[in-house]
Order: sequence, then C-alpha cells, then structure tokens
Amino acid sequence: MSEKILVIGELQGDQLRNVSFEAIAAAKKINEDAEVVALLLSDSPLEDHAQEMIYYGANRVITITHEQLKHYTPEGYGQAVLPVIEAENPTAILMGHTAIGKDITPKIAGRLDLGLISDAIDLEVDGDRVVFTRPIYSGKAFEKKVIKDGLTFATIRPNNIKSLDRDESLSGTVETKEVDIKDVKTIIKEVITKKTEGVDLSEASVVVAGGRGVKSADGFKPLYELADLLGGAVGATRGAADAEYCDYSLQIGQTGKVITPDLYIACGISGAIQHLAGMSNSKVIIAINKDPDANIFSVADYGIVGDLFEVVPQLINEIKQLLPS
Amino acid sequence: MNIYVLLKKTFDTEDKIVITDGMIDEDDAEFIINPYDEYAVEEAIVLRDEHGGEVTVVTIGDMDSEKQLRTALAMGADKAVLINTEDDLEDGDQYTTVRILEEFFQDKDVDLILAGNVAIDEASGQVGPRLAEKLGINYVTTIVDIEIDDDTAQIEKDVEGDVEKIEIPLPLLVTCQQGLNEPRYPSLPGIMKAKSKPLEELEIDDLDLDEDDVEAKTETIERFLPEEKQAGEMIEGDVEEQVEKLVAILRDEVKVL
Repeated sequence: MSEKILVIGELQGDQLRNVSFEAIAAAKKINEDAEVVALLLSDSPLEDHAQEMIYYGANRVITITHEQLKHYTPEGYGQAVLPVIEAENPTAILMGHTAIGKDITPKIAGRLDLGLISDAIDLEVDGDRVVFTRPIYSGKAFEKKVIKDGLTFATIRPNNIKSLDRDESLSGTVETKEVDIKDVKTIIKEVITKKTEGVDLSEASVVVAGGRGVKSADGFKPLYELADLLGGAVGATRGAADAEYCDYSLQIGQTGKVITPDLYIACGISGAIQHLAGMSNSKVIIAINKDPDANIFSVADYGIVGDLFEVVPQLINEIKQLLPS
Repeated sequence: MNIYVLLKKTFDTEDKIVITDGMIDEDDAEFIINPYDEYAVEEAIVLRDEHGGEVTVVTIGDMDSEKQLRTALAMGADKAVLINTEDDLEDGDQYTTVRILEEFFQDKDVDLILAGNVAIDEASGQVGPRLAEKLGINYVTTIVDIEIDDDTAQIEKDVEGDVEKIEIPLPLLVTCQQGLNEPRYPSLPGIMKAKSKPLEELEIDDLDLDEDDVEAKTETIERFLPEEKQAGEMIEGDVEEQVEKLVAILRDEVKVL
C-alpha cells in the first residue's frame, strides 16, 4: 500500500515555524517514497508558505484560508482539519509539539478514537510499524512507543529531527480547500505578546540562560548581548523568573519550556533537577558558575568556575573582535 | 457550580528513576499529586468558595491513590472518587483513561472540569482535550487565570509565553499551567476533616466497562535511561585564558562563530 502522510504545518505571525519543515523530514523518515501532503491554515493567503513547504519536501500542499482561522481555537481548527483527514485518508499524521500541536492533536485523536504519541524526539521504522522515542519523567528516562493499530499519529518536539535541505528545484501542487467553520464559541479577545524580538526560545539553536546568580534584571543585559551575537535566545531558571529578573515566558524546566538547542550556556545557574529537566538534552552545555560544587557542572560539557560578570563581558568582547563588523 | 478535578499521582520530582526489567521501578518511590493537578485543586477550591457548589476530585489509580485524594480533600475539596483499575488493567494509555472518564462523566452534571496541563511522568497532555472532545464540551489548555461570571469564563491562556485573553461559555474543561495560583498546604483541621469526607471507590465494572472496551491504542515497547554523560571538562586558568579557550570551543567545536 502506498503511504500518504499528512503534515500539519504551523505559522507564527507571518512565518512558518521550523518544526513544520522538521515534520516533513520526519514523514520522509517514515517512508522516503510516501506522498507527503502538507496542510496550512490561516486567515490570509498562503501561496508563498505553501511553496516553502514544497521546497522542504512536501509533495502536495492543501491551504485553507478562513477568517475564523486568524487565531487558533480548538473549534475553528477542528472544523478545518477534520474534513481534510476524512478526504485524504492518510496513513500517518504528524505535527509539531507546539502550543497549537499539543492542543489540537488530542481533540483529533479523541474524535477519531486514535492512538497518539506526543512529544517524540526521534523515530525509526521497524518492519511495518513506526517506533517513536519520547522523553518521560521530565527527561530523566525515555520510552519507545508504537501505535498498535490504526494510523500513525504523533507530535514531534521542535529542534530534534533535522529538516531536509531547502531545495528550490522541487515542485509540487498547491490546492486551496473551502471549509465551513461555524458556531465557534471561543472568543479570543486580545493577545498580549510578551515574547522579545528575535529568536524564538523553543526553536533557538543557541540559548544563553541565567539563574539566580545573575542577581537582577540588569544582570540579564550581558546575556541578551551574548545571545544576540550568537544568533540565539535568552532563557532563565524558575528562580530567576520568581525573583522577577525576567519574564516567566523565558523559564526553562519541568514547569516552563523544554528545549534542545545545539548550545546551552548556563550563567549563574545552580542546576536544580527541575531546571535540568528542561535543558539537559542540549547538544553542548557550557556552565559558568562561581560555586565549583554547583550541580550544573554534572551535566556540562565544559565548565568554568568563575564570576559570570567577568567571564561573559570578556567573552562578548572577544567574539566581537572575531565577527566582521 | 459542579466542579470536577482530574488528578493523577506521580513520582516525586526529586526521585531518581530506576528501570528494572524494562519497567520503571516504583518500589522506593515517593508519590505526590502531579504538580499541575495541584494548581487545578487549588483553583477549584477558590472558585467554589466564590460561587458556591461542590468540588469533586477524580483519579484513576490503585489502592495507594487514596493518599493523594485525601490530600486534595484536606486542601478543601468536598468529595473524592477513586476509579481503581489495579485488578482489571495491565496497562493503558490516554485512550484508556479517557474512555473510563467518559463513562464516569456520562450521568454527571458538569459546569467545570479542571485538570493539569500535563502530568510530569508521561507528559502527553492529551487527557484533558481528549475528554472534552468526548463529552462534547469546549476546552482551553494552559490557563494562567480564570474568572467566572454567570455562565461565562474569562480566561488568560499561556501560549508559549504570550497571553491570550479568552471568553468562553460553560460547561468547560480547562488545563492548568504554572502561574495560575500558589496551591495551599493542607491545614491540620483540614487534614482531620478530610478523614470523614466521602471517598467513593469504583471499578471499571461499575462503569459497565470491561478490559476490551478500554484497550490501549499505543504500546510502550522499551524504557531506558539516558546515557551517562561523560564528565565534562573544567576550563582552568585566569579569566583571559578561560575566555580564550571558550572562544576556541565556540569556533572549532560548536561552530557558532
């Protein structure tokens, strides 16, 4: 049987999220020859984004534009996505494990009585089943999980499965689909954006994070500067957020974001187990802390026992000299 | 208002995870109320105190789950229900849980159901939205504020750091995010009172379900611990030397420069 994999893409503002491309790569990993059908939803035209999905490996893109899709609501998205699943009858459905992905996929799984594997970080094919790996117990352990029967359905954690190279020579078809969306009872009255400009923390490849050792909101300034220089985002511990050095939206850990950047620079972070749960799977961890016994050094690839207020500014200076101005 | 809270017991966050014969070893583990479910219990009590009505805490678990239910009763919940699956089910998944809860809620008159955003063990976050879909009611996940006025809820929802202000009618299911409240500790009088509060115990048979009805759709085939990380390298020297080495690492190994 030929496989058809539905990838539900996602926009953030007017940008496609990287995890949409990663989900296409995951689909190709399930079956290189599968037809990958991407679905995009918005209240504004999607042609350019559809083309991008094709450059990243989608064979066909379905776009749905409807005024009720301006903001995500489970009711609005549900009424848009379910008819597509019904019409396409895919063998697998993949989506990013994002705020929207986490919210809509259980609704779909509930409606269609499907098994759903949330927050996968990897997948492999074993005979005719797809084996997903996902963290459990806040990343203190992992499990390999399969769907026993029915279609394969999973959300994938951003930044873990590498997207395919963008290839402008790829072509595919784009079709628009009309849907009827009605009786939406959820009213989004206002969206308060707290995210700072620049790189999205959940998808950043470099994260510079601060803990209580940063001592104040002002103390975070050099961290922002370093993150900017490295094209990364700033994160924080719960302690730093509790002490109001920064917003809770920056919090990494068991409560807060779970991230997997290529590089994590921990500044003045002691390394409480709840914080490690959010970042210990980062590919390279550098820790800067005054206390040589700080627990963060137990997960760090490189450690510096020192004062972050000396090390970070000097590091910024050195990097500036290396970068073309 | 008829308020229900979905509660799960989980490993204490500080506990070390041990895997024996492919299973998580629970022998020496301390169990707690899933931290996100504690926010749900707290918010349910606050809303009941404000609007009247009753808070019922529901869990699916085993004999030992009574401890977490008594804690919720000591915090101020009115009633508890333990759906004990110890003798009937080997393993289950979110489909199983929701199938059981769906049946439990069949004859219940519900205004509001609160659950945790995720459980810190399995962390799928599926049960809340799946159940709402099955009950045909609306849901909002990861809420950080809720006010109820007649039949309408005003909610603030955390969306990866942004906040959405949402208006939505009851009946409703919400999942609770950190920042919603500070859960209270049970008081001594609360603990005394909790001992005599009603705690109903059900088995899936009482819900007219048998094992086949709730068979999981997914299966865990392996559990494993992360590879022991090799001891990291401490960068020695004075600040100049440390920074110099750090720059070399960023340039040559991590390749971000």
